[in-house]
Amino acid sequence: MSVDFSLDYFALFGIPSRFGIDDAELDRAWHALQTEVHPDRHASLPDGERRRAMQGALRVNEAYTTLKTPLARAQYLLELAGIDANVIGNAVMSSEFLIEQMEWREAVEEARAFGDVDALEQLALRLRMHTDEVTMLLSEQFDDSRDHEAAVDTVRRLMFLDRLRHDIDDGLAALDD
Amino acid sequence: MALLQIAEPGMFAAPHQHRLAVGIDLGTTNSLVATVKNGIAVCLADEEGRALMPSVVHYCDDGDVELGFDALGARVADPKNTIVSVKRFMGRGFADVAHVEAMPYVFEATPGMLRLRTVQGSKSPVEISADILRALRQRAEASLGGDLSGAVITVPAYFDDAQRQATKDAGRLAGLPVLRLLNEPTAAAVAYGLDNAVEGVYAVYDLGGGTFDLSILKLMRGVFEVLATNGDAALGGDDFDHRLYCWVLDQARIAPPSAEDARRLQMKAREVKELLTVSEETQFRLRLDSGEVVDLAVSRAAFFEMTRPLVQKTLVPMRRALRDAGLVASDIKGVVMVGGATRMPHVQRAVAEFFGQEPLTNLDPDRVVALGAAMQANALVGNRKAGDDWLLLDVIPLSLGLETMGGLSEKVIPRNSTLPVARAQEFTTFKDGQTAMAFHVVQGERELVADCRSLARFELRGIPPMVAGAARIRVTFQVDADGLLSVSAREASTGVEASILVNPSYGLTDDEITAMLRAGVERAGDDFAVRALREQQVDGKRLLEATTLALAVDGGLLDAAERDVIDAAVTRLRELAADGGSDAPTLSAAIAALARATEEFAARRMNRSIHAALTGRGIEEL
Repeated sequence: MSVDFSLDYFALFGIPSRFGIDDAELDRAWHALQTEVHPDRHASLPDGERRRAMQGALRVNEAYTTLKTPLARAQYLLELAGIDANVIGNAVMSSEFLIEQMEWREAVEEARAFGDVDALEQLALRLRMHTDEVTMLLSEQFDDSRDHEAAVDTVRRLMFLDRLRHDIDDGLAALDD
Repeated sequence: MALLQIAEPGMFAAPHQHRLAVGIDLGTTNSLVATVKNGIAVCLADEEGRALMPSVVHYCDDGDVELGFDALGARVADPKNTIVSVKRFMGRGFADVAHVEAMPYVFEATPGMLRLRTVQGSKSPVEISADILRALRQRAEASLGGDLSGAVITVPAYFDDAQRQATKDAGRLAGLPVLRLLNEPTAAAVAYGLDNAVEGVYAVYDLGGGTFDLSILKLMRGVFEVLATNGDAALGGDDFDHRLYCWVLDQARIAPPSAEDARRLQMKAREVKELLTVSEETQFRLRLDSGEVVDLAVSRAAFFEMTRPLVQKTLVPMRRALRDAGLVASDIKGVVMVGGATRMPHVQRAVAEFFGQEPLTNLDPDRVVALGAAMQANALVGNRKAGDDWLLLDVIPLSLGLETMGGLSEKVIPRNSTLPVARAQEFTTFKDGQTAMAFHVVQGERELVADCRSLARFELRGIPPMVAGAARIRVTFQVDADGLLSVSAREASTGVEASILVNPSYGLTDDEITAMLRAGVERAGDDFAVRALREQQVDGKRLLEATTLALAVDGGLLDAAERDVIDAAVTRLRELAADGGSDAPTLSAAIAALARATEEFAARRMNRSIHAALTGRGIEEL
């Protein structure tokens, strides 16, 4: 079996093209496809066929990574709707949101400066809850109201939160040593 | 290899025929080879029934190479030429290796991967590992009665690209058909998971002789999916020995030991460490060459105390792996313990406390990796039976990045991405007509390139000349199932494929590997360098004998200054010829120097003998 490169990622896994997905269903479909195309399944084939299977395996993993994480999935849905990534990157954020971001950032920097692991972990937990709320909103915008204009703004917010999560993780990793 | 074997490598002509496949655990302390027989994975033993082979190589001065148990005796007798724990040197530069001061080796100052100077010439860790792998290959071929169709070699999950490449190169040098590098904890999970038919999220805690890995895997319907891996590629049982060794040096107040005594103390430290796993107290008793006697009581509590920081060090990767997997300790259904060092009670206790459950110790921590590798090798060569089917989805342990302005690393492929993975990055030219471009690939999580590991510098050539900024060069980084990186590049607007020149920072280039293979090293004794060295040794000895004889007979032809020059050259050559560490080029230079110094002397002797012949006296009378 070979991978059809003309299919979008949702069609590739045979799941509905929407923001709200069933994680277990995605995992099952991913495993089923990798069982066909993973290089380990073709170790005893000639070079040419191995290379073709490898291209399929790379495509399947790229598709899985994109659909697995809410932010990448949302960006991909916008891309499928013909909305340029630059539009998302340059969305105008409300000053209310930006002030909130500055507060988060200050809290993270302070916790890092004091080497306060508990505070960082608390922030991570709060951020996770906040991210879940924003993700719920995205689900509503993509799947119910189908309002892509509004989704652009929400995706941009999610990008900020993702950046923040990385900063907290980096902070925790630095304090591990 | 049979001449009639004309199928492509990895392609097997006859289906439904059992192919010989092995899994090899190339360990820091011990190595093993295993295979699947009648559906069951078993370790292959040597003629004396021993499955473990100590990862020890002794380069003898007669050109012989002793391996495993045969080399153990030479650890003290000939420490400089008896290499232990070579795995710690794989893909590493001299500056990367800890505790070099306690090692008896002669290191060579080479750029990139370090090299060791032995009586058989300069050896790279790749060549030394190849000697170990070759012995295991021969054991397997003798035991299975034929050529191998495929081999899987295990590596620590936290090995970076350079260490993986070095391991794969060693396999090639050893003449093994390497189908795959497999991460040790993943191999252990396969052996454990298939044997016990478990499902759920498991952690594998793998503390070997020199490396530590912590992998978190989800086992579900025949799929082994690694969620996250972390570790320390320079932390293992050896470090526990080293702590005890340092403690003994300190307590016994002995002078800095000789290479031989250092080896004795280290071996004793390992023995005492192992004893303390079963008893509360033991005696560290050893008579040194220096005449000093060490006699110290070591309690288990004292040993635990001095090595507590090492156990603590393993907690850091545990926390990081859980965080990366988005899990907490209580999400883990079971903890599989792998590696001989996990036998230490305080290691088990620390793991139990961290995960809030007793770790699983019902499998042999020394063998489980080799058994899992054998199962995977068996599947890869196509011996897989219907229903007996599984899939491994592993990850890249460390992020790959590119050096950007200001010495910063920009991540291209993040750690814990499922393999295989490819990412493309677009670049443009900054000068009109620019046709070449260089970039630097690093691996690691830190922001500064200087804190990451340099993998390679790539040079793109053959970019079509255009105005600055017009070219769009798409560079694709691809990491295969072995965790090995390859890079390709294409100019997007013209479709021209750019050629890539790779300069690995620590590995061997393809040309070097090819040259080594061409040298046809079936045995290190046949190595070209060794043969060259032996020829030089014979030449040197011959010249020394001739010169000594001539000086005794015709020394009177020289004045004191002339005599001094020749004596100095003789002394230099004699020293080098006696020193096992000399290499062929050095000896050759000393031979040439002595030959030059005796040129005038030889001419005078010639004149004298001609003169004597003309005056009618026989040469023998002179």
